[in-house]
Amino acid sequence: MDFVRNFPFISIILSLFSGPLSSILSGKWAKRINTAVIAVIGVMSACVLAYVAGTGEEFIYYMGHFPAPWGNEIRVGELEAFMAVFFCIIMLLCMLGGMKERLTQIEESKQNLYYIMVNLLLCSLLALIYTNDLFTAYVFVEINTISACGLIMIRQNGRTFEAAIRYMIMSLLGSGLLLLGLCFLYSVTGHLLMSNIQQQVRLLTAMGEYHIPLMVALCLMSVGLAIKSALYPFHSWLPDAYGYSTVSSAAILSSLVSKGYIFLLIKIFYRVIGFDIICESKVIHVLYVFGIMGMIMGSVSAIREDNIRRMIAYSSVAQVGYIYMGLGLGTEAGVVASIYHVLSHAATKSLLFVAASGLTDASGGSVRFKDLRGAGYRHKLAGIAFMVGSLSMVGLPMFSGFISKLLFSQEAVGHTHKMLPTLIALAVSTVLNAVYFMKTVISIYMPPGEEVELAESRNIAMREQPGKSVALVCFIILNLIMGLNSEPIIHLIETGLGMFR
Amino acid sequence: MSKKVSQEQYEKTFSYKFRQWLDGTKDPFLDTLEMKRQEEFHEDEEVSRQHDEDIRQHVQHAYDLEHNAEVKIFRKIYKVFCVLFCVFLVAMLLEAVSELPTFGEPDNPVNNEVSERYIEKGLQETGAVNIVTGMILDYRAFDTLGESHVLFIATCTVLILLRVDKKGSRDLSETDDRSHEPKNDVILQTVARLLVPPIFLFGIYIILAGHLGPGGGFSGGAVIGAGLILYLNAFGFAMTERFFTAKTYRIMSFGALACYSIAKSYSFYTGANHIESVIPLGEPGAILSSGLILLLNICVGIVVAGTMYTFYVMFRKGGY
Repeated sequence: MDFVRNFPFISIILSLFSGPLSSILSGKWAKRINTAVIAVIGVMSACVLAYVAGTGEEFIYYMGHFPAPWGNEIRVGELEAFMAVFFCIIMLLCMLGGMKERLTQIEESKQNLYYIMVNLLLCSLLALIYTNDLFTAYVFVEINTISACGLIMIRQNGRTFEAAIRYMIMSLLGSGLLLLGLCFLYSVTGHLLMSNIQQQVRLLTAMGEYHIPLMVALCLMSVGLAIKSALYPFHSWLPDAYGYSTVSSAAILSSLVSKGYIFLLIKIFYRVIGFDIICESKVIHVLYVFGIMGMIMGSVSAIREDNIRRMIAYSSVAQVGYIYMGLGLGTEAGVVASIYHVLSHAATKSLLFVAASGLTDASGGSVRFKDLRGAGYRHKLAGIAFMVGSLSMVGLPMFSGFISKLLFSQEAVGHTHKMLPTLIALAVSTVLNAVYFMKTVISIYMPPGEEVELAESRNIAMREQPGKSVALVCFIILNLIMGLNSEPIIHLIETGLGMFR
Repeated sequence: MSKKVSQEQYEKTFSYKFRQWLDGTKDPFLDTLEMKRQEEFHEDEEVSRQHDEDIRQHVQHAYDLEHNAEVKIFRKIYKVFCVLFCVFLVAMLLEAVSELPTFGEPDNPVNNEVSERYIEKGLQETGAVNIVTGMILDYRAFDTLGESHVLFIATCTVLILLRVDKKGSRDLSETDDRSHEPKNDVILQTVARLLVPPIFLFGIYIILAGHLGPGGGFSGGAVIGAGLILYLNAFGFAMTERFFTAKTYRIMSFGALACYSIAKSYSFYTGANHIESVIPLGEPGAILSSGLILLLNICVGIVVAGTMYTFYVMFRKGGY
């Protein structure tokens, strides 16, 4: 067996091990270990991606001496490896971009605890990506939930505590529903391994047995993961959690944590139940309707916000709506568009959060639009980055958001029933996106009014915040790459989804 | 024939004292024990009235129901929808559960080749007499590895939330704790002195015999943690900090989890690459048997005990 095949396992264990290791180190060393671990895992995942693309087929890795269904196993395909690489890049940039804020906003003695959370979060994301066993997925969903709570409340003020409590209640409800669905599925199929469950489910649907428990299990799992990834009616935990936590937490939460759950849901659709059975069920239409509602209502809420961080957070609700809308179309190309939007949103939203923190730094820490006027001149790079992010979110050509909108509408045009609502929702949502993002861009490039206290705001040169500058430049490049050179990525997603069968 | 004794002598006899005790004319504890009058708790009416008033004002401030018809209507609708939703959910789940296969039937889907192999070959393949331990620590060890890190990260989150690191507030919480805690309670101390060693021994037994009979790291660790908490309650922080401080916990949990990760990595690596593992399974039933399971049980036990004790300490004082 080639040694590269060990890399997914090594990267999971490495990130798992670095958590307890950080607990006995000082904050400074924990930070170094964390950066090294993320970088090493990114490189290893890239090797795996190259290997899988070379051989052209997935491989199974036993976690122990026993073959699955008895033991645990992980499964590595092209899409999984690509997701791992992408998540590592985004996480590294998020950590880089929020370095200075972490130093000031987190108590010094608790610095190393932050890195424990990040390491274990990375581990759980990797496990969610690679796992081929539903119960393993559940265990790592737990780690993911708890570490996300920790990330929110480590910046200790009243708002973050409230946000963390809200997040915890909603998220645990989601986990509970997922577990309940899993129990139903286990008692009618007798398996926890994804491929074996699919075999059994196909057998049961062919014979027409246990129809109701299967549907209930599917509903419970979909709703559970939808709550955890903030689909529209379940999004109430989101604005506070993203709006008040420290910058790198907000960026990681919005771009990685919720995306991990969406990826798990896609995996459940494809590998556990079978995509054709999903398409025949009504669940897909419910997700579609909620997705459409989220696209519009999220943007409307964002327009009403006076706080730039909360505005970006509400925009996440709209973007998650896009992703579920794509899943709800019920076609392979719709899922490809959704996965592309997962990537594009992850790259753009973390860019926006980091850029917004740069702008608020230049305006004396205020997040109100009134005080942000002229911030684009005071912190030039953050201004440019925010503009790039906004244009990408609105969907201008050249940027990544355009490609995903193009894919969505291309797919919708061929659809018989869902064409009109999808296109209308896309159009309305684009206009609403433009309203609040362009309003922000215009206001950061307006000359500051007289009522703004000029003493508080100051000019920030790029050299003052080297970490943030590097992160912003990388994010901009990533966005442009995804916007200008999307073909190979789309091709990769398509072949990766083909391997899911 | 009875013997006549003087009043003075009679007063010294046991029967006289017993009689007095029955009649209640003498307190047997008088002059023998140091008694301290308990102060009864009187609620200060002024303070509690003020408190109620504060709450009322806050609620009114937050939900001005009289001037805010929207909130009022929302609350009513909210209640109705809550009930409707719960009824719907309960009905749906009951319906689904009634469709499930009957519990305990031999031809249920769960009785397939998976559980068959666990039961028939479990002893042979893992060397553990206790099949459950063999399952969670050998067949599906990856899940348990994740599960023990769930405990670890839960402790870290509680540390983020409750650990008091500032110098001034640390002292404040210390005095706060001391004044509420019953100090040197004789009954508690005597009982703890008797109970704590057997509890520890029993916990250690449960952990060590996890692969031989009912038990294992999770349950044994919980017993040891309970023993630690009892000891802390009886003797106070001064005594426990002689052997269990924040540093001890950090090193212990790191050691245990690192040991677990490394041991299991070895087994995963050899298993996936089809290399023969050098760890012998040993004689089933012996204490040193079933490969890595004993070591893993000890690691899990240490993590669980530390987690329980740390949770208690954090909620009580916010630091060791």
